[in-house]
Amino acid sequence: MRLTCPLCGSRDRREFHYYGAADYLHRPAAEDAPDAWDIYLHLRDNPAGVVRDLWYHELGCAQWLIVTRNTVTHEISGVALVAESAK
Amino acid sequence: MSDPVSALGGASYAGFATIREIGPLGMITLRAKGVKSLDKAIKAAVGTKVPAVRRIEIAGDKACGWMSPDEYLLILPYGGVADALAAIAAALKAEHHLAVDVSDARAVFRVEGAKASDVLRKLMPVDFDRLEPGELRRTRAAQVPAAFWQADGGFTLVSFRSVAGYVMGLLQHSAQPGSEL
Ligand SMILES: [Zn+2]
Repeated sequence: MRLTCPLCGSRDRREFHYYGAADYLHRPAAEDAPDAWDIYLHLRDNPAGVVRDLWYHELGCAQWLIVTRNTVTHEISGVALVAESAK
Repeated sequence: MSDPVSALGGASYAGFATIREIGPLGMITLRAKGVKSLDKAIKAAVGTKVPAVRRIEIAGDKACGWMSPDEYLLILPYGGVADALAAIAAALKAEHHLAVDVSDARAVFRVEGAKASDVLRKLMPVDFDRLEPGELRRTRAAQVPAAFWQADGGFTLVSFRSVAGYVMGLLQHSAQPGSEL
């Protein structure tokens, strides 16, 4: 498996560290209801299909990436910088 | 003015590939993002266009490499750095940027010969078969940061000057006759 980092180009999977669903980008505010925190921490979809995950390019540019991947076909349809997507 | 001296005084080694410490070489780190006159500044300093992502543009003894989304490495003869800095300052007068002479912070090596890539393959986590023409690769050589690109039938490798001896040792060891891949 290879990921095409927007900054570093096509690199082997072993250069990256997997973190989890891209939902982690949407952290509730400290004063938000426990429900919001429960959803943020624990409630995940588990689709057979397209997922968006966070990966860290540990042995490359040290950027966080959003990788869009299909869990059925293993096709990777997108790799984007978290830093750019937040704008 | 004192004479500029390279880190290892031009040390060289002839193994299955040739290793040469070259320099001193003029180097300027230019940091700027989203500035309008970036192309003018780079043109004025080293005569190249703005390099694309992961690329180095070479024009004779000058070059400009892409280092990150807001960083460029300008390479030129050692004696031309002051003029190049002045040209950058003039071109980017009204825009936010940083340009610093880092010539004396670096050591530069050439690795040449038909099997030059074998020397580097042993030291760097880089898939050399996927290197693209004109690619500048930031990586590491064993335990220290390094960057390199391919030009004129060999590789030019840049490291920090403080580890020049370590890098020369690595390259020599890796280029020992009989240790080709
Ligand atoms: Zn990267």
